Amino acid sequence: MRIPLSWLREYAQVPAEATAEDVMAELVKVGLEEEDVHRPTDEISGPIVVGQVLSIVKEEQTNGKTINWCQVRVVPEGQEQTLTHEGIDPSGVQGIICGAHNFVVGDKVVVTLPGAVLPGDFKISARQTYGHLSAGMIASVRELGIGDDHDGILVLSRIGLDPELGTDAMELLGLYDQAAEINVTPDRSYAFSIRGVAREFAHATGTAYTDPASLVVVDEATAPGHPVVLADTAGIYGKDGCDRFVTRKVTNIDPSLPTPPWMASRLSLAGMRSISLVVDISNYVMLELGQPLHFYDADKLTGTITVRRASEGETLATLDGKTRKLNVEDLLITDESGAIGIAGVMGGASTEVSDATTTVLIEAAHFEPISIARSRRRHKLPSEASKRFERGVDWEIADEAAQRAVNLLVELAGGTATTEITDAGTAPAPVVIDLPAGFASALIGIDYTEDQIIWALEEIGASIDKSATGYLVTAPSWRPDLETKQDLTEEIARLVGYDKIPATLPTAPPGRGYSRVQSQRRRVVAALADSGLTEVLAYPFVTKAQNDTFGAPVTGEVPAVKLNNPMSSEFGFMRTSLLPGLLNIARRNHGRGFRDLALFESGLVFLPGETLGTASIPPLAIKPSDAELDALYAGLPHQPTHIAAVLTGHDSPVAAEHTPRVYDWADALDIAKLVSDILGVEVVVAQGTHQAFHPGRTAALSLRDGTQVGFAGELHPKLLAELDLPERTVAMEIDVDVLFDAAADVIVAKHISTFPISTQDVALVVEQGVVASDVLEALREGAGELLEDIALFDVYSGTGIEDGKKSLAFGLRFRATDRTLTADEASEARAGAVALAAERFGAVQR
Amino acid sequence: MSEPTNPEVDVLDAQTPVVPHPTDEAGIDTAVQAALAAFAAATNLDELKTARLAHTGEKSPLSLANRSIGKLDKSEKAVAGKLMGASRGRVNKALAARTEVLEAEDAARILVEETVDVTAAPRRRRAGARHPLSTLQDRVSDIFVGMGWEIAEGPEVESEWFNFDALNFAPDHPAREMQDTFFIDPVDSHLLLRTHTSPVQVRSMLEREVPIYVLCPGRVYRTDELDATHTPVFHQFEGLAIDKNLTMADLRGTLEHFARQMFGEDASIRLRPNFFPFTEPSAELDIWHPGAKGGPRWIEWGGCGMVNPNVLRAAGIDPEEYSGFAFGMGVERTLMFRNEVPDMHDMIEGDIRFSEHFGMEI
Repeated sequence: MRIPLSWLREYAQVPAEATAEDVMAELVKVGLEEEDVHRPTDEISGPIVVGQVLSIVKEEQTNGKTINWCQVRVVPEGQEQTLTHEGIDPSGVQGIICGAHNFVVGDKVVVTLPGAVLPGDFKISARQTYGHLSAGMIASVRELGIGDDHDGILVLSRIGLDPELGTDAMELLGLYDQAAEINVTPDRSYAFSIRGVAREFAHATGTAYTDPASLVVVDEATAPGHPVVLADTAGIYGKDGCDRFVTRKVTNIDPSLPTPPWMASRLSLAGMRSISLVVDISNYVMLELGQPLHFYDADKLTGTITVRRASEGETLATLDGKTRKLNVEDLLITDESGAIGIAGVMGGASTEVSDATTTVLIEAAHFEPISIARSRRRHKLPSEASKRFERGVDWEIADEAAQRAVNLLVELAGGTATTEITDAGTAPAPVVIDLPAGFASALIGIDYTEDQIIWALEEIGASIDKSATGYLVTAPSWRPDLETKQDLTEEIARLVGYDKIPATLPTAPPGRGYSRVQSQRRRVVAALADSGLTEVLAYPFVTKAQNDTFGAPVTGEVPAVKLNNPMSSEFGFMRTSLLPGLLNIARRNHGRGFRDLALFESGLVFLPGETLGTASIPPLAIKPSDAELDALYAGLPHQPTHIAAVLTGHDSPVAAEHTPRVYDWADALDIAKLVSDILGVEVVVAQGTHQAFHPGRTAALSLRDGTQVGFAGELHPKLLAELDLPERTVAMEIDVDVLFDAAADVIVAKHISTFPISTQDVALVVEQGVVASDVLEALREGAGELLEDIALFDVYSGTGIEDGKKSLAFGLRFRATDRTLTADEASEARAGAVALAAERFGAVQR
Repeated sequence: MSEPTNPEVDVLDAQTPVVPHPTDEAGIDTAVQAALAAFAAATNLDELKTARLAHTGEKSPLSLANRSIGKLDKSEKAVAGKLMGASRGRVNKALAARTEVLEAEDAARILVEETVDVTAAPRRRRAGARHPLSTLQDRVSDIFVGMGWEIAEGPEVESEWFNFDALNFAPDHPAREMQDTFFIDPVDSHLLLRTHTSPVQVRSMLEREVPIYVLCPGRVYRTDELDATHTPVFHQFEGLAIDKNLTMADLRGTLEHFARQMFGEDASIRLRPNFFPFTEPSAELDIWHPGAKGGPRWIEWGGCGMVNPNVLRAAGIDPEEYSGFAFGMGVERTLMFRNEVPDMHDMIEGDIRFSEHFGMEI
């Protein structure tokens, strides 16, 4: 909402020197949010003065156009020009070329003199054109940025002005005014009006306020007005769609009269274009009082107006030139010809006011907010009117707003008021709220006095009756947001001032610190960063193809959560893997010249289950049943935390006397092992296959019980080429929730033997296809309890080893808990280990 | 004195030393002085070794003189033994002293020779980093855990009921649309990407026993185009306290304590009236940021208020018995003004320079 200060001043005590910023600062105190300031003078500057056309010489041009060579007096007769600028004639008469023809000798016009700047950074100067030195411009409202008038030059007499020559036209046209733009929260419908904002300004400053509605004297009806029937039989949530419909008729309107500059400039500052006087009046009243009005060309109406819901298949040609299919939930204004408007949203073309309209029927109605909101959404027709109706309009103001429009049509448009008035509908019961005496103090933490409470509530327009336990507060009709004692408490708190609220620190009961999973997650991500990886946070929006590639080990369609309204239709799915986002960020970094990358992300993936969502949801303000809650929980996709990493390039920067290591598949696997080691969970590594990974360099990770944990290895070369990523980029991704869950609650201490160690090495030749971890497992099992530790320290194939075979060298460490082992005992254990490896894999000692 | 040649002496010097008689005090002293001079003249351990061999070796004058004691008369033996003992003692002592000096010099020289250019050292370990948005959430969590609060979390794909209805957003209220929500397909599944972490507050109230003091950090979504100050995917932290007799003064006190932990003892907060469906009264929260770029000033930080009774009812908590407060701030926004991040793009692009500059610290 933009508030022109000149307008605000009519109803609130705004100091003359106050700027839009000052006003906004006050309004912010009472809960309106500052948005912006608007000043015509940021775009337009003088000298722009009133001039009188002394002579017009019509000169026909070779292009067929006729231009006017005009002499314009811009200072009073007999006076000298005091303005000085190159091109301003000391005589006070300017020669100006003008292409428009809607003015005659003697007309007073607005002259932009050399040195002036018009909107769009249009600098006025004396220049040679059509064979003359044209020293200035005779301006139209469009050029001045205050309207859309297509009639050409602004002739001041036509807007009822006869100022002295040389008068500052910017002053005359309200161009020194400024507007504060505030953001109105959805509960404060009444702040969408000068009336509401002026009241808030008075609250903020403690100054006097004049309710503009109180200045309107509503005519007594002398006869029934236009027949209106309110016939909504299908109100949403059982609420009547229209509970008030006021009509007034104004005849004899002169459609040729223009909008006066003060109104045009206020509308323009308020962000609305000046269209025609009649339409402008309708908008002006809406902005001033918050009541949207609709004007019908009364001559185009056919019989009784009926407000009802649309019928199946009904259509309406709206005044934006479109034919709209109506929904049975749409509330309509109809006459005997059919629909003539979607209530509160948009009028119909058939009854629209036009340049020829002389009789206007004013509609000032009160519509139910939800009905308007739904129609507005359904037809995608947001408007100034629907914005107000769907937030709630003051039921009481309809007749005053209609009267204000009547008055303006009479005053400015030459109309004649009629006193045949319709006022259909029933007033809603006033909202009476029981406010216990100590309630506000207990909720805010301030001991409010009774004087403060009553003062604050009266300030906002409520009326108060004392009751045995406190106050019975009748909310003002313009505050449909006030329904509860908490709502009233906010009013008291904000009028007395939020700055008066003291600070006390409540003591929480003894807490349990971080949960186990929270601590585990923190430890893991900290360890990954500590070991040289950089955390990134990618958007979780991915393409279907990305999910199908990374979301499952084998090709096929991967079930995924689809967005209904994605930012881009391509990235329309929620990720089932962290890798697409991570690889995208890797590529971005690579593109920025970083060749050595070790990135990781910890975040949720989204795996839809059997059911997706719930067909309906419980209402608000009531605890759902356990069954309803279970259904809500069950309808959510599974959202486990994954950790993924991508590595490419070297493990450290190249430096003098330092050759960095190139990351390979084992680094990816090592990260997974680091995570499992930190959590104390055993992860089994096996040869794996995953469509996104190199078929021969992929480890499948699982728990001992077979639960899948994830994959690690080198990414598929074809995929890397497609993604424009370096060859041999490696990656891992694990479901870390599985590991968190598998981690032991309490780790039982190991017995630490201090007897000497006995080490034995063994090299075994096996088929190439046998994997090291299986051989190691066999050795471990065969060695028995004396084996403390075993490690693979060499893999060899080539000279000395039969083709198709390889040699695996293991270091075995034996130790007993109760004695020093003899060499024989260690050798015996080693032999047992080798024997089992031989049995299982045909391993032969080298 | 003449210098007779001694065939037994294998000399290194050009001049063959004379072997004095073991009772010849002057002759022995000359040999001792020669030894001392030679030791003193040695400038390194190699030269000292040469001097040692020449003056204390088996064929040195003193050794030879000493060896000749055995052939002397008994009367001379005592004199000679005493003289030679003292003389050789002097020589050995001088040798030891000189050895010590030269060894120390040698050790020092080696250390000097081993000097490296420390400024040319390689980086052998890559320094990793957490994302500052994560570290900041951890830091905020630590502050509240320190106050006895607990950390609550929830899903990012959420039921519409938890995100809106339970929080007192009426089905057709404009406030619901202002959240710019991502809906899940099909829309009649009533699923969405949570637009705030407030659904976790509702979950906490349903899952926990009152009193409840929880902080809910996490990722949230709104359909804002990415620009310098907006991103469709961002993070919030929200606090919720439900207890008997909680007041708006308690809210202010909590926020003030938190603000000082984050921005220093000079920080303070300001509340301005505002509207949120889930709180009444509601307030906008400004922070007085003493370290703000361009000087201390008020900065919009978040929203807060007293929990709306309808929210308590949705969680089965009696609003006549319990009251509560809630607050929420954006993590990105906090990082922007706390750490002077000029552009949202820096936070979401994943450029390693951005995170690595922060390391593990916020």
